[in-house]
Amino acid sequence: MILAGCDGDRTWRLQDYVARGGYSALRKILAEKIPQDAIIAELKTSVLRGRGGAGFPTGLKWSFMPRSFPGDKYLACNSDEGEPGTFKDRDILRYNPHSVIEGMAIAAYAMGAARGYNYIHGEIFETYSRFEEALAEAREAGFIGRNILGSDFSFELFAHHGYGAYICGEETALLESIEGKKGQPRFKPPFPASYGLYGKPTTINNTETFASVPFIMNMGGEAFLNLGKPNNGGMKLFSVSGHVNRPGNYEIPLGTPFAELLEMAGGMRGGRKIKAVIPGGSSAPVVPGGVMMDCTMDYDSISKAGSMLGSGAVIVMDETTCMVKALERLSYFYFEESCGQCTPCREGTGWLYRVVHRIEHGLGRPDDLDLLNSVTTNIMGRTICALGDAASMPVQSFVKHFGSEFEYHIENKKCLVPPEVQRAGSQIYVSPSC
Amino acid sequence: MLSQESLQEIDREIAKYPPDQTQSAVMAALRIAQVEKGWLPKELIEFVARYLGMPPIAAFEVASFYNMYDLAPVGRHKITVCTNLPCALSGGVHAADYIKEKLGIDFNETTPDGKFTLKEGECMGACGDAPVLLVNNHHMCSWMTTEKIDQMLAELDKK
Amino acid sequence: MLEIEIDGKQVQVNDGSTVIEAAAVAGSYIPHFCYHKKLSIAASCRMCLVQVEKAPKPLPACATPVTNGMKVWTHSELAVKAQKGVMEFLLINHPLDCPICDQGGECQLQDLAVGYGSTASRYQEEKRVVFNKNLGALVSTDMTRCINCTRCVRFTTEIAGEMELGQAFRGEHAEIMPFIEKTVDSELSGNIIDLCPVGALTSKPFRFAARTWELSRRKSVSPHDSLGANLIVQTKHDVVKRVLPFENEDVNECWLSDKDRFSYEALSSEQRLGAPMIRQGGQWKQVDWQAALEFVATGLRGVERDHGAASIGALASPHATVEELYLLQKLMRGLGSENIDFRLREVDFRADGKRAGAPWLGMPIAGVKDLTRLLVVGSFLRKDAPLLAQRVRQAAKKGLHVSAIGPNAEEWLLPVRNRALVAPSAMVATLGQVVVALAKEKGAEVSVALLGKLPETVSDEALAIAQSLASGRKVAVWLGNLAVQHARASELQMLAQEIARLTDGSFGFIGEAANSVGGYLAGAVPGAGGLNAAAMIEQPRAAYVTLNLEPDLDLANPAAAMAALDGAQLVVALTSFDSPSLRQVADVMLPIAPFTETSGTFVNCEGRAQSFTAVAKPFADVRPGWKVLRVLGNLLALEGFAHADSEAVRAEALAGDLASRLDNGVEGIVVSSATGPAGVLERVADVPIHFADPIARRAPSLQKTRDAAAPTARIAPATLAALGLAAGDRVRVAQGTASVELVAQADDGLAAGCVRVAAAHPSTAALGAMSGDLSVERA
Repeated sequence: MILAGCDGDRTWRLQDYVARGGYSALRKILAEKIPQDAIIAELKTSVLRGRGGAGFPTGLKWSFMPRSFPGDKYLACNSDEGEPGTFKDRDILRYNPHSVIEGMAIAAYAMGAARGYNYIHGEIFETYSRFEEALAEAREAGFIGRNILGSDFSFELFAHHGYGAYICGEETALLESIEGKKGQPRFKPPFPASYGLYGKPTTINNTETFASVPFIMNMGGEAFLNLGKPNNGGMKLFSVSGHVNRPGNYEIPLGTPFAELLEMAGGMRGGRKIKAVIPGGSSAPVVPGGVMMDCTMDYDSISKAGSMLGSGAVIVMDETTCMVKALERLSYFYFEESCGQCTPCREGTGWLYRVVHRIEHGLGRPDDLDLLNSVTTNIMGRTICALGDAASMPVQSFVKHFGSEFEYHIENKKCLVPPEVQRAGSQIYVSPSC
Repeated sequence: MLSQESLQEIDREIAKYPPDQTQSAVMAALRIAQVEKGWLPKELIEFVARYLGMPPIAAFEVASFYNMYDLAPVGRHKITVCTNLPCALSGGVHAADYIKEKLGIDFNETTPDGKFTLKEGECMGACGDAPVLLVNNHHMCSWMTTEKIDQMLAELDKK
Repeated sequence: MLEIEIDGKQVQVNDGSTVIEAAAVAGSYIPHFCYHKKLSIAASCRMCLVQVEKAPKPLPACATPVTNGMKVWTHSELAVKAQKGVMEFLLINHPLDCPICDQGGECQLQDLAVGYGSTASRYQEEKRVVFNKNLGALVSTDMTRCINCTRCVRFTTEIAGEMELGQAFRGEHAEIMPFIEKTVDSELSGNIIDLCPVGALTSKPFRFAARTWELSRRKSVSPHDSLGANLIVQTKHDVVKRVLPFENEDVNECWLSDKDRFSYEALSSEQRLGAPMIRQGGQWKQVDWQAALEFVATGLRGVERDHGAASIGALASPHATVEELYLLQKLMRGLGSENIDFRLREVDFRADGKRAGAPWLGMPIAGVKDLTRLLVVGSFLRKDAPLLAQRVRQAAKKGLHVSAIGPNAEEWLLPVRNRALVAPSAMVATLGQVVVALAKEKGAEVSVALLGKLPETVSDEALAIAQSLASGRKVAVWLGNLAVQHARASELQMLAQEIARLTDGSFGFIGEAANSVGGYLAGAVPGAGGLNAAAMIEQPRAAYVTLNLEPDLDLANPAAAMAALDGAQLVVALTSFDSPSLRQVADVMLPIAPFTETSGTFVNCEGRAQSFTAVAKPFADVRPGWKVLRVLGNLLALEGFAHADSEAVRAEALAGDLASRLDNGVEGIVVSSATGPAGVLERVADVPIHFADPIARRAPSLQKTRDAAAPTARIAPATLAALGLAAGDRVRVAQGTASVELVAQADDGLAAGCVRVAAAHPSTAALGAMSGDLSVERA
């Protein structure tokens, strides 16, 4: 849907988007003066759920914006995609940036926001530059700016470039960052809908969420919902990485069996056996391969398997993977990315990493697994934002599902998977199709 | 302290935000300053802070929080390799090891000729492109096989 | 009102309250570190997690708003488990070496660790080390102990008004620091020591000087600015070791200025005068009290006999206590002299005899938060009254519009919306313009007394100020030190009174010193036929009695004052310090107790009489000033010096309803719209914060701060250029025949044609009046 008809770097420009039917939803809304409520109702019908990871119903979120607020209202797009395994927003922004711009313009219209910012992940400067170009095109063509398409609706949209902080993907940290501060999440309440950017009502959605909006407006909420399954409406982009033959983004209806997705991604690399899958980005609990093979790719099914669909980032690991080493790398990431604000996360993520690190390096102690579980329990639910939980869930799930591997490490001071096997499995691999 | 071009670029960033919110441009301003000067010495951070009318320590908070700002000098080409899990599964660590070997430096080191600095990066949001690395923060290189690394280093070496 | 049940106890709290506030009402203590009632909510230490009914996870009490019918458990299993979990995290990287930490014994982390900590650490890794920072002369750091509560960061940003500290880096590497190699220079910096819940920020002067349990503590009152901050003075073996705030929401809240907090070091200064001294044949000689007092009594009687009582004058410090001031004036009057004054830096006394009462702030200090408009006339507000300025800063965040008139526009760290930056000689005319514009805005007539006396044209700045004032619901006009010390101070008072009338607001005086109001109430001002402070210098007396002052630093015209005293037959100095200038001009020095060694009373700017008792035994052979004056009265055989204690003196001095004696009303001052002659350079003199009184100027740590930097000749850039000078040039600043050499400094916060040269500093003491013409040329 979002990436349908796109041909990589060749068809991102305005004329291409318009040729694909782009901006027709915005045109229609402005021409027919479709009421704001009707747009939000359509979204609710579609059961579009936030594509950033939390899966919150988008229509409901939009309805939280105070309608009669006298001052400025803001819109923010969260393109700060830095959750290991997630790489869909970058493709949307570089291959179909106008879908995001149109989606945001429609959102701004529906919520009465006059200004918006697209917060783009620091490491993708080239994508940021391209989005700036797309904005210039849209502004030139009158799709954003003053009196859009001759209507009395005005909306200014700008890109804000991050500079290397995973935490800014947390929506209130993102707002702090736009305000020119450290990206430290805010305590809620108040929620952004009442106190957001510059203290004004603000709605923040993920890139893919905004990009879906024009399509929903064109095809209708009902049709979008029917693409997926009940309570899991529409198409979704899945970023498949790890030990597969063709890593990449796959846009499929929600509810598609995981096995099919794996097939699309070319199957397991080297025909090796699947060991584990993290189905929703690194913060989601890991799921053993066998369990995963029975799941369908939607919010409910993955949740039943004890994990989260999250951002739709599917990290596939085969039997050459040492689960202790994998966790060590993830734990280092959360330790490195903790903003430092809340005590449990600031102090606890480092503790977790150091314990996993010593297990991996043959210095583990018999009670280390209990210690890990205890420390994660003391972090989870005790912090302002979800990074503490995100750091804890991999630890808990890795220990839960692959405990024997951890115990082996502690007892034998070495890995269950022989080093040469690990090395072979983690060689530089680039799919021939790239 | 900064060139006219950089200041104009900063002014364009300031214009993105409401008039009383110039601090919003600090991330961009620091980026622009770093691009011109190579890294962010304290005088430069202070200059940017004064330019935007914000306390220097607030600018320093920002400069030290986001990890793409360099608070110490780096080589002419800073190479940041992602070694996070998804990349590692497709050779991210091996790619980094290969570069280390070729340049004779470890992470956070600079070659004696001052040409290259190597950094370990966190997720760049391009896991499908693994192994992936950044050159000087702004140019992403995807699917970095050893051949492509050789080619890249050779090209950078000429610059 | 909202109903909430906390630990089974029902309480009612105001709408908008948080759970931690409600718990305080319910008497439940919730452990916390980052929360502080005067600071914004960070909700980051997570120590205050409590169980809330229907909430799936523990919530931070500091940030959770109370909802009606809420049920909270602060010590349930869930809550305590969460609190203990946080405590463990706080301790893993915190050094567990309380015995060598300066905070030991008064550390919030240590206290709470007793209740919530474990006996052994499960953390086996290496602990974090954070390098210390140099924050300046007052605050010592031990940053490895920091728990990142960010109270200090929020204090500098929110209360002190300038973000001097931040939390740099992130995650485990986060650390509190000033901008690289900068110090914390706020005049309120010491408060971060109190705020720091651990031993990361401690007092540099107090460092390792004593353990908290070794100290005796007494309440006292700050003798410095007009706010009268309430103190806890801590002593060990009768030596003051530390000063902390005594919380008084109506006065200093929980804050102290650095001067209030660190001036105590001067009390142990080598310059303390320990015994009476008499000058004989040009030599200073230590004598016993008996001899000294008899010398004084005989001397004063001799002068009275030879030249008449009117040839004796008394000059007292506005930092002296009510009791001292009262007995001094009683002594003078007993001798038959009306020459007594404590308004040492004032020059315009036309309002004497025309005042309705004692000049004061005109409103309660705590009322600042309710103001909607404030006009500050002639003030160095931030440095002259740091905590009053702090209140204005907070009120400004809630909608108070501040305007200012005067020659100075240095940074107050609060928004000044309208400002008329004018030379001192134009201040009366400018304030007159505001009156004219205001009357027009209000559609009202100006008072008869001002008819025909006001300017005809109104500047844009004056109009903007008038419009601001006209739109206010609750308006105040404050006359600052520069207005009080102004050559036409009484005209400014008349005009301020008119603005208050037109706006139905208040007007008053910020006050120069701890007892600027008390001096009036104690009667330490000349009566009919008496000479005021300036007149006593202009018409030199045969004898002077001085109380706690240094003639070269504490008077309006130090050069003239020194000359007058030098020429006197007898100068009796009651002083806590052996001051070089007193040695030069006095004949006898009587060592009297500073505020920590005597009982006494200061009446602050809002008219609040605050009494205190001695916190330490007097140093050496020092005696309380009121006792010395009582004995002198007896020796001089005067009536009414039989007070048994200082309370008796106070009762006599402050008899009756104090409030009814406060009145800023003034009548019969002729106001003129004249401005000064064009083309002359005018002096603007501030009294630098740490030089304002004999105690502060001897406090070594305060003297190392940026606020104690040597004065420069500050000149507006355009004026500097017109003089053919550049910043950094050495210049000769001359007033009449006197001159000093200073460094020129460009100051874009100064009115054109003005030169700001501080008073009260040795480097400028050779100059004359604090206002008037001067010349500047390259040295």
